[in-house]
Amino acid sequence: MHQERIVRVNDFALKLANVNGTGSASANGLLMQAIFRMGIPVSGKNLFPSNIQGLPTWYEVRVNKTGHTARALEYDLIVAMNAETYARDVREVRPGGYLLYDSSWPLDASLARADITFLGVPLAEMCNSIFKSARERILMKNIAYLGALVALLDVDMEILDHMLEEKYARKKPLLESNHRALRAGYDYAKNELDCPLPFHLEKMHATDDRILIDGNTATALGCLYAGATVAAWYPITPATSVMDAFKGFCEEFRKDPETGTNNYCILQAEDELAAIGMVIGAGWNGARAFTSTAGPGISLMSELIGLAYYAEIPAVVVDVQRTGPSTGMPTRTQQADILSCAYASHGDTKHILLFPSSPEECFYFAVEAFELAERFQTPVLILSDLDIGMNDWVIPRLKWDDAYRPNRGRVLTAAELEAMPKFFRYSPENADHVAARTLPGVHAKGAFFTRGSGHNKLGGYTEIPDEYQEVVDRLARKHRAAAPAVPAPVIRNQADATFGIISLGGCDAAVREAVDALGERGIIADYMRVRGFPFDERVESFLAAHDRIFVVEQNRDAQLRTLLTMETRVSKEKLRSVLAYGGFPLSSRHVVDGITSQLPQGEG
Amino acid sequence: MPSIKKPAVLHPHLRPNAIGLTVRDYEGSMSTLCAGCGHDSITAAIVRAFYELSTPPHMIAKLSGIGCSSKTPTYFVGGAHGFNSAHGRMPSIASGANAANKELTYIGVSGDGDSLSIGLGQLAHAIRRNLNMLYVIENNGVYGLTKGQFSASADVGSKSKRGDANQYSPIDPVMLGLSLGATFIARSFSGDKAQLVPLLKAGIAHRGFALIDVISPCVTFNDHEGSTKSYLYTRKHLMQVVQSDFVPVAQEITAEYDEGTTTSVTLHDGSVVRFTKVAADYDPRDARKVTAYLQEHQGQGEVPTGLLYLDEDRPDMHAINNTPEAALTGVPYGKLCPGSAALSRLQEEYR
Repeated sequence: MHQERIVRVNDFALKLANVNGTGSASANGLLMQAIFRMGIPVSGKNLFPSNIQGLPTWYEVRVNKTGHTARALEYDLIVAMNAETYARDVREVRPGGYLLYDSSWPLDASLARADITFLGVPLAEMCNSIFKSARERILMKNIAYLGALVALLDVDMEILDHMLEEKYARKKPLLESNHRALRAGYDYAKNELDCPLPFHLEKMHATDDRILIDGNTATALGCLYAGATVAAWYPITPATSVMDAFKGFCEEFRKDPETGTNNYCILQAEDELAAIGMVIGAGWNGARAFTSTAGPGISLMSELIGLAYYAEIPAVVVDVQRTGPSTGMPTRTQQADILSCAYASHGDTKHILLFPSSPEECFYFAVEAFELAERFQTPVLILSDLDIGMNDWVIPRLKWDDAYRPNRGRVLTAAELEAMPKFFRYSPENADHVAARTLPGVHAKGAFFTRGSGHNKLGGYTEIPDEYQEVVDRLARKHRAAAPAVPAPVIRNQADATFGIISLGGCDAAVREAVDALGERGIIADYMRVRGFPFDERVESFLAAHDRIFVVEQNRDAQLRTLLTMETRVSKEKLRSVLAYGGFPLSSRHVVDGITSQLPQGEG
Repeated sequence: MPSIKKPAVLHPHLRPNAIGLTVRDYEGSMSTLCAGCGHDSITAAIVRAFYELSTPPHMIAKLSGIGCSSKTPTYFVGGAHGFNSAHGRMPSIASGANAANKELTYIGVSGDGDSLSIGLGQLAHAIRRNLNMLYVIENNGVYGLTKGQFSASADVGSKSKRGDANQYSPIDPVMLGLSLGATFIARSFSGDKAQLVPLLKAGIAHRGFALIDVISPCVTFNDHEGSTKSYLYTRKHLMQVVQSDFVPVAQEITAEYDEGTTTSVTLHDGSVVRFTKVAADYDPRDARKVTAYLQEHQGQGEVPTGLLYLDEDRPDMHAINNTPEAALTGVPYGKLCPGSAALSRLQEEYR
């Protein structure tokens, strides 16, 4: 019963409802990759539980020929593989949409819906007849529904075959099983179902110069290219894969071909207190060092982030944000560490923050973070999030300039020290309000005492008010001086705009789509995405140029809005909030509804 | 300006060492600790040890946490790079510093509060990593800077200055080190410079984590009757288990020794530690025997001292991580960055 038989090519969304730990991730990843290789813009969002086996998990695939990659909330097709969530999954199919289920058993009559089409594929029966082992029967059901989707959506089978061969090149029996399951699902759909569905795929060339990568891998790659040699960490979701990837890259690229030794040292610390301590120790000695963590780790690291701030030691912290407070929901996304990172640690502290919006920026900002940390001799925090960090994104190919050399900031050489009458750590300052530092072991004249206790501009211990204030006042000036050095905001102004939108990080894709959607309804908005803190004059200008501004972010307490009101000249009343903080990635619908509900009636 | 002219002759203690520096060159600024503090004696022993080893001051990294003991790196080797960090966090900072530059000589000075309470976790894991450093615990059983609270090393029944008796079981850094696999464990007394200086030198030469627990009475808050970390108590109960002597690599070994009572162990840098067994059947390389011996004697209220345990075979953090011979900070950027061509190739895997 097809209520609308309107053909839509390369523009639909599907959701795969699975049980975690049953091998569905592999099938879902293959589907997404196959669509990507067909040259079609696609995004995948893994909505998974904090669990190893047995709980519901969903994977959403959005295909969009114009390149909108934010999460879609309208599902044209749901693959219902989890009996426990059937009822909910059936409800989520848009009217006129489809639901694919395992017809080995009859579908519960109470789940019936007249306005959608049920596609029954006897997946368990098929796999039970093909495979003997219980394990294979479970795993291959996923590949069998993938086969059915290939037929239903017109996925290029040749591409998929090729991918399987790449993936299982060294595991022939597995390759064979995958092929059989895939073919079984495909043949059944071809013979028994109406293929393809009205929404389906057609090859494009929109991804030819692109890659499919998650943000954590891209961050790790940035750290590798920036020349980081020391990394310290404590395992935590969703940041663990940063260090897993870094280790993998180091094993591939950092083994000295002559000596066989490792040109890196990765230390798994006992906790985040120690992880940041290691980074600071290594930074003190002149290594580019970083740690990766999430909100709970930031809480623990705050103590020593203050030490690095006050003693002026470079450090890079990657915070892949998850939902808080406390343990919160470890496998769900949020942007709720903005304030705790901006002012991490006791006393007067302020830090440099970077807000990447995609794996592409994760790569470039990781390099930038080391540059800023060494230039300003201070901790730099990269605020990624679970959506960026752990989901695969289609991004332009990463580029590298071989002329790049790390700028280590103001570090005195042995020759410079030799020529100096005497070295003092915290003076004289340059235009950035940064004083030259020395590295231990370089020269006898460079020795000094690093301390987190009160010190004067010569580096000596002090409890004298004026001497103490002189140093912390310079630190405040130094932080302000970093404003033009952090990545500039991305501003998209439109003629006849009636208000502004400000957002950051992982909200970007949804906000850009929302700006377009609003425009189609005659509601014209300017959009600024901030990419770093402290905020510079371009941020001030945007704030000044708009009487009404919506701040879109993924936390309950409007943390970006708070930061803007505290750290710019904007009046609080101008800023309104659009907030989504339930833990799933932002959708343009959240933004559109959030804005239009606050507009006066008649506007737009 | 002094009122009398200084004599031109060099004081015998100001004899230059192998790199032409005198003991004065290994001193730091004036101590601000209480007069008679055991920590100052340890500082003097550290000065002596580095002077005798002829370590270039700027190649020394001296680190500490927070507390009276952690103030002391200011008082020795003024020409060394110092890092007075945060309470209980020195082991992690030393780990990262050492990871970046293994060419420096690392000494960490800590106290019983810094190491056995707030920093117990960090100490334990630095031991597990077998971080190549000398780690001195200046152990007085009390929090001095905050005026006399018991620390985690205070013995049960030990009395505070106010007269309260400690009822919580103590953490013994020596037994802790043994259970965690420390590769060099010694105990000494701040008042015993003759024993302490060779121990410090051996600890510096040892490649791995050298833990020295130095009983260091607090004259202000813990040197009264009823304290088990007072000068009087320590002197009464001290017993030397092994007498150790340290022979640096540069020094020719000429002394003959009796095979029956003396054992010598060559450290990784070629220097030698000679043990003279004061206690019969004591072998500092047999962890089980060491544990049994210490439990027996400490149970009787004795404080066994000397180089109590030594294992030269376990790999240190750098060996475990297969790092280069020289410091990671010296690896040229060209060797660290795979370059644009590699990035292009790599990205084929992300298609």
